[in-house]
Order: sequence, then structure tokens, then C-alpha cells
Amino acid sequence: MKELVLKEIDDLIIKSLGIVAFISFFVGGVISIQTALNLENPLIPKSLIGFATRQSIILEFAPTFMSIIMAGKVGSFITSSIGSMRVTEQIDALEVMGINSLNYLVFPKLIAMFFYPFIIAIAMFLGIFGGFLAGVYGGFTTATDFTIGLQDSFYPFHLAYAFIKTFLFAIILATVPSWQGYYMRGGALEVGKASTNSFVWTSIIIILTNYIVTQLLLS
Amino acid sequence: MIKVTEIKKSFGGDEVLKGISTTFEKGKTNLVIGRSGSGKTVMLKCMVGLFKPNFGEILFKDKAISKMDSEAHRVLREETGMLFQGGALFDSMNIEENVMFPLRMFSNKEKPEMLLRVNEVLERVDLKNINNKFPSEISGGMKKRVSIARAIVNNPKYLFCDEPNSGLDPKTATLIDQLIQEITRENNITTVVVTHDMNSVMEIGEKIVFLKDGKLVWQGSNLEIFKTDNKDVTDFVYSSDLFKKIRNIQLNEH
Ligand SMILES: Nc1ncnc2c1ncn2[C@@H]1O[C@H](COP(=O)(O)OP(=O)(O)O)[C@@H](O)[C@H]1O
Ligand SMILES: [Mg+2]
Repeated sequence: MKELVLKEIDDLIIKSLGIVAFISFFVGGVISIQTALNLENPLIPKSLIGFATRQSIILEFAPTFMSIIMAGKVGSFITSSIGSMRVTEQIDALEVMGINSLNYLVFPKLIAMFFYPFIIAIAMFLGIFGGFLAGVYGGFTTATDFTIGLQDSFYPFHLAYAFIKTFLFAIILATVPSWQGYYMRGGALEVGKASTNSFVWTSIIIILTNYIVTQLLLS
Repeated sequence: MIKVTEIKKSFGGDEVLKGISTTFEKGKTNLVIGRSGSGKTVMLKCMVGLFKPNFGEILFKDKAISKMDSEAHRVLREETGMLFQGGALFDSMNIEENVMFPLRMFSNKEKPEMLLRVNEVLERVDLKNINNKFPSEISGGMKKRVSIARAIVNNPKYLFCDEPNSGLDPKTATLIDQLIQEITRENNITTVVVTHDMNSVMEIGEKIVFLKDGKLVWQGSNLEIFKTDNKDVTDFVYSSDLFKKIRNIQLNEH
């Protein structure tokens, strides 16, 4: 069981780090630039850039939109790997050997996804870091202003809110695609269709969960 | 010995098996034949417990599956080996890990001991030095052999094979058939092979069950199948050109 979990951590978590780092760094930069470009009123302090970057990244970009991207990456990986095991009868082979295949396949993925909040923490950090570099070295703000903005009206509860939903998204990312793969029938073509469906359903469920959690925790 | 009594299986409203009764004897290669879609795989999957029949019983040594307790089920699982149509090797494991898998599930032997057994069965199916290869790196015929090795590694009492030689060239197909028959005799086990290949019927058909549309329409041996005048069976047997020609030659000689 330990080997299985380690393999899933490698496949689902470690192998996602590159794309997550890349996207968050540059999107963080863009958020910072966009905020700066929209600040025409001289009465609004430049520190707003740091503040807005922090808020958008921690509250929505890192947890929610990163999870939608992960629904494409991790989700379709899970669906296609379980789905191809279904269509090539590898799941039947497990069952004939007396193994509870649903447990065997899904449980390690679920455990591995408990490390998913680390991915999102990295996305938060790199997103803000990207915003800082783009803001300061693009000449939109100063390092001091940006840092003041970052520290401005910081509610620890926002971070808790972000990680509560991250945790829920992790469970959705492990289970919905597994279910799509496990219960599929057909051949290679259907595996492709199931992966697409899996992305659509996982995204929809993440977006709805996001709405509900936000309504419950923040309003 | 496996006994099947009146089994029926439906999916949704479609009845795929319509009450099949027969017996499969120990030490013999028993064949289930019929056209595509006649229900052969479904029947096999009912016997290995992947599907639950809606009606009827499957008895292993006179014990009905439906009346077994969980320990008896576990033992039956351990005594069952299955060769799937496409091999169903685990893509994520190499050949050695694939063959060792049932041992790891059912025994608590140490790794070196398991490895000895793995190499023994791999040698039995004429495969050497491929322990570290992955299923995607070997040929279709080799995959079938590895699957046979995995199916027999635990010394099963019952061996089930779904179209063991589909997708293979005729020579390799014959070798696989012979291998299955030899293993059956060596270990005196009950083997059930699903096929629609007439060569297999000739080679290894000690007992043949013929299915059509989910019904058993004929049973007998490979010596009897060429003598029957059951129309469904003769249509099937002589659907291949080769057998038609052989029959015409025989008819001309008489
Ligand atoms: N899991 C399933 N769900 C629904 N229908 C199935 C299932 N498995 C097989 N069938 C149907 O049962 C019939 C017999 O299939 P099968 O036993 O695979 O035929 P074959 O004799 O070629 O092995 C087919 O019509 C097939 O569509
Ligand atoms: Mg079949």
C-alpha cells in the first residue's frame, strides 16, 4: 500500500509542480500589471497593487483556478489510467484475484491528494512572487509599496478559507475522475471521451463547490 | 470439476445467457465455442465470479458459489487463474512484478522465494530474461505467455482462458493452445477455454460446449463435432473455407 501511495504522490503531485509553478508565476505577474494599469486615480495608493495581487491569488486564483487546471491535468490522467485498466480488463484481473479493485485503485489516489494543499501553497507563493517581480521591475510600483500592500488588512481567516476549499477540491479531483474511469465501458475511443467528460464534470463540481463554500464561509 | 446448472444472466432487459447447464471435467481442456456475441465471455465471467448469474448455480467440487462463506470465496479466488482476452497485464508493472502479483496477494512468502517461483513459471512458458521489461515492450504472443504464467503461478485448480489465441499468428496460436493443454494435464486441473477458433477445437477440444444466442445447443468432443448433423454446429464448423474444402474432399472420396 505504501508503494502505491508513493507512486500516486509522484504521478499526481510531484509531476504537477512544474506546470503549477509556471502558470502561477506568470499569472501572478499579469494580475499585478493589470491592477497597476487600472490605477489611474492618483488618490489610490500604489500599495493597492500588492494588496489586490495577494487577495486575488490567495482567494481565487491559486485554490480555484489552479484546481480547474488540475482537473485537466490530474483529472484526465486519473480517468484515462483507470479507464484504460477497465477496457483492457486489468480491473477484472484484480477482481479475479480477490482484490477490491475500487479500493485498490482509488484509495491511494485519495491519500496522495492530501498533499494537494502543498501545490496550492506553492501556487500562492509563486503567484505573489511573480506579481512582485512584474510590479517592481516593470516599473509599476516599488518594492516597499508592494510589501505594504501585501501586509495590508490581512485576515488569517482568508487563508483558512482558501485551504478549506483547496482540501475539498483535492477530494473532488481524486474521486470524480476515478469514478468516470472506473465505471466506463468501451474501448480506446471511449477512454478519450471519458477523460473529456471527467474534465467537464470535475470543473463544474469545483465551481459549484467554490460558490457554496464562499457563500457559507465568507458572507 | 465445475458444474453449471441452468444459469441465466441479463443486462438491463437483454437476456444474454438463457439457462445453460453443463459440466467441465478435471484434467481436461474444456472448450466453450460459438460466434461472437453468443455469450461465451459472459458465461466465463459468471464462472470466475465477475458477474453474478440472475438464476442458476455454479458449483466447484459440488459447492455452490452462492452458498460459500467468505473464507471459501477467498480459497476459490486463490485456486482460480484466468487468462484474459487481451492479456490484461498491469501496464504499470514489469513482467516480473506482474507474475509475482498473485503470490504477493495470496502468500506471505519472502521475495527471493517468490522470485524462484516466478522464474520457474516464466521458464515453463518459454520466456527468459524479460523480467524487467514492461508489457508495452513485448509482442502479443509473449504477453499471452506472461498472462499464462501469471494465471498459473499460484498453482490454480481452475484455469479459465478467454480467447487465448485471438490476435496471434496461427503458429503461435497453436503453441499457446498446446501450452494450455500441457499445463492442464501436468497439474490435473480443470481448464475452461473460450474460443471461436476451429484450430483450437481440433487441437485441444476434449470437451466442447457450443453456445448460440445464449443457449447451449450442442456438446461433445472434437471427434464428435465433425460427425454431428446439428445445423448450428455444422454452420459454425464449416464457416471457414479451409474446413469447407476438407469436407468437400472427404465427400468426393466417398
Ligand atoms: N457488462 C455488460 N453489460 C451489458 N451487456 C453486456 C456486457 N457484457 C456483455 N454484454 C452483452 O452480452 C452479449 C454477449 O457478449 P459476450 O459474452 O462478450 O460474447 P462472446 O461470445 O463474443 O464472448 C453481447 O451482446 C454483449 O453486448
Ligand atoms: Mg468474448
